[in-house]
Amino acid sequence: MRLEPASEAEAAALVRNLARDRTPTRIEGGGTRQAVGRPIRTAAILSSRKLTGISLYAPAEMVIAARSGTPVAELEAALAAKGQMLPFEPPDHRVLLGSAGEPTIGGVVAGNLSGPRRLAVGACRDAAIGLRFVDGRGEVQHSGGRVMKNVTGLDLVKLLCGSWGTLAFLTEATFKVLPRPEAELTLLFEGLPDDRGVALLCAAMGTPYGPSGAAHLPAGVGAARARTVLRLEGFAESIRYRADRLAGALAEYGRPARVEGGESRALWRAIRDVEPLAEPRERAVWRLSLPPKRGAEAVAAIRAERDCTVLYDWSGGLVWLATGEEEDAGCAPIRAIARRFDGHASLVRGSPDLRLRIPPFHPPAERVRALERGIRKVFDPFGLFNPNLLEAEG
Amino acid sequence: MTGIAFPPPDPRILARKGEIVAALRRLVTAPDAVVDDPVELAAYETDAFTAYRRLPLAVVLPGSTEEVSRVLAYLAREGVPVVPRGAGTSLSGGAIPLEDAVVVGVARMNRVLAIDPANRTARVEAGITNLAITQAVAEHGFFYAPDPSSQLACTLAGNIAMNSGGAHCLKYGVTSNNLLGVTLVLTDGTVVELGGEALDAPGYDLVGLVCGSEGQLGIVTEAVVRILPQPEGARPVLLAFASSEAAGACVADIIGAGIVPVAIEFMDNPAIRICEAFAKAGYPTDAAAMLIVEVEGSDAEIDAELARIVAIARRHGVTTVKESRSATETAQIWKGRKSAFGATGRVADYICMDGTIPTGRLPEVLRRMDAIVRGYGLRVANVFHAGDGNLHPLILYDVNDPEQAAKAEAAGADILKLCVEVGGCLTGEHGVGIEKRDLMRHQFSETELALQAAVRRVFDPAEILNPGKVFPLDLEKAA
Repeated sequence: MRLEPASEAEAAALVRNLARDRTPTRIEGGGTRQAVGRPIRTAAILSSRKLTGISLYAPAEMVIAARSGTPVAELEAALAAKGQMLPFEPPDHRVLLGSAGEPTIGGVVAGNLSGPRRLAVGACRDAAIGLRFVDGRGEVQHSGGRVMKNVTGLDLVKLLCGSWGTLAFLTEATFKVLPRPEAELTLLFEGLPDDRGVALLCAAMGTPYGPSGAAHLPAGVGAARARTVLRLEGFAESIRYRADRLAGALAEYGRPARVEGGESRALWRAIRDVEPLAEPRERAVWRLSLPPKRGAEAVAAIRAERDCTVLYDWSGGLVWLATGEEEDAGCAPIRAIARRFDGHASLVRGSPDLRLRIPPFHPPAERVRALERGIRKVFDPFGLFNPNLLEAEG
Repeated sequence: MTGIAFPPPDPRILARKGEIVAALRRLVTAPDAVVDDPVELAAYETDAFTAYRRLPLAVVLPGSTEEVSRVLAYLAREGVPVVPRGAGTSLSGGAIPLEDAVVVGVARMNRVLAIDPANRTARVEAGITNLAITQAVAEHGFFYAPDPSSQLACTLAGNIAMNSGGAHCLKYGVTSNNLLGVTLVLTDGTVVELGGEALDAPGYDLVGLVCGSEGQLGIVTEAVVRILPQPEGARPVLLAFASSEAAGACVADIIGAGIVPVAIEFMDNPAIRICEAFAKAGYPTDAAAMLIVEVEGSDAEIDAELARIVAIARRHGVTTVKESRSATETAQIWKGRKSAFGATGRVADYICMDGTIPTGRLPEVLRRMDAIVRGYGLRVANVFHAGDGNLHPLILYDVNDPEQAAKAEAAGADILKLCVEVGGCLTGEHGVGIEKRDLMRHQFSETELALQAAVRRVFDPAEILNPGKVFPLDLEKAA
């Protein structure tokens, strides 16, 4: 049974029926990330496909709202027309996951998906200021609103961002936006080993020159030589000044090349979408979130255990790691090492079989898991939405 | 003022005071960590929402997470209400005690535990003051961004409870955007670590949920905060206008031009005159409205950006332009704004509202607020964060005149309803506390309040933490 409500009220009515019949339901946006999480089969699919359109755009207030099924591309085009952008640079995972379809803004919120600029201006959960949604009883709810400072009541927006559709069916999202920078420039350092590359990134992030991207691509990842890259964005005269100062402050790491315009944009788009790790397809891909300065150290520990290819974003704090699927794709050592370095590891790409064998999402501590189950029960008392996606619910 | 009701104290708990105090003394080591003498308790009877006060049963000031855990587990087991407290600077009554409650204050837990410039993080005990974090990381060239006006006194614990903002959050965001992890003590005494030094945490975003939960989910004893490198420099420009409309339109055009200043502060004529009389900051007292716009960067970047801003202001008929050229001039320009609440307090008693509105509605809201307050025969002065629409109307009245006090409270409620009506919210950074509790139904439906209350009960099933705050007292307990 495939349900495609065209309005929030219709969505609520449909969910009330699902609740009455206790029908397990998969929530779907553009369908580009269906291969994330535990594979699930449900009697119903509730899609946001017909909940589309920008419902509010006030450029002078730096606020935009759209229904959950609105393509990200539509939002980005509308913003670009007024010289603005979504601050957190939402990634497009179609290349990485080999999926088709059109990424929607609801899907981005559900995954709290945030690109390289997250390091400088925050994640999706920081830009999202209001959400409307239908809970598992079929009640229409909202949290936050259209103003960027709002501490009225519990911040359920944060809770829903990154809940992967297990708490509610999103109907509309409101974001604060930022001016699109007039220009961008990337400083490119070549040939650094991982530890030096990450040290460079952390040093750069400690300067007042405000890089909006800090990534390290080891040798063989997208190019023969290792590349350590810093992105500067802003008014043209300002980024030239900051590039000079930054290059001066980082002189011990070598003389950087300068990459500008379309070439710079293409590079950061590839990093955002994890394109260099897309091939070979049969490899599993992990996402590790770590204290930035420990990124290279953690990867060195994993390399001692198994063969892998990595890409560092977020100054070393986000590690994408591709490895073979044998031995559960290294689940046990990778998670143990991530924990040892105060981080966590989730499997973003893997065969359905692997995703059933191991929990793809990093398991929380027991007491925290109990809180999360309690929260899920409050939002979705009958366990309708995306059952078993985050963990086996029995 | 007496308009806001408190839950009635439980006489059985009041009768057990001696026993409870004795038990608390056994749970904490420092000899002075438990306060039960009525004279000493008076220091805790209210916060910065001073119109209301209640003497608590006792105050306990634990020295460690473990002590907080023991204290909380004991009080929860005994069914004694708990009022968490930082420095007691809440403007919404978030830390006002109840007579049958024990105040658990974290102010003694104020150490810096680790500073990590390479990760851009600091781990601190939650009782540290906001400004002390910035002072501790300054030697590394860093600062902690959220800067509420009370930053000298207020604690990080309180900032987390209220998700506090400040003048500079247009660029840097509020507390929740600068908080990476918390150590949270739950009512059963369990200690959980949420988030940490990484940029995100697995599972639901419980750090984001705890931030702004007004002390009703648990007590935060430690936190990991994001620290940022200090900018090369920062300088404001003062812009005066002949009308609030012109000032409001100027703000919209600055943002429309792709400039995100670190702060855009707005003052209306009454506020300008009050602040100038107090601070002698050189403000143009004949202006209808004034903006302080601050930008950051190198000297050349600042000059270029201020030039763009001034050019925009000229298009809106700016009447005075005062660009800071030095640290002294910068301090001078900010002096009046930063002393606004204190200066107003010398002229009259006031209540400070905190609604947020879509900035496009600014001129209309200013007009209607003035009409509302005048309708009650009172005066209003406006000082607020214009870039993000967070209003701070100060309603002036005489605290010794009960009729005026009631009118001020009624005018405040009308203003907040207006904020919601135009698409905004009841509180931008001060929190709901007791002050706005009974207005929550203007912003949320019964179902929405029930959902929030149910989330609260996942953490605190018996609702012993900070009872009587945030949620209307008569909210039905939905299953």
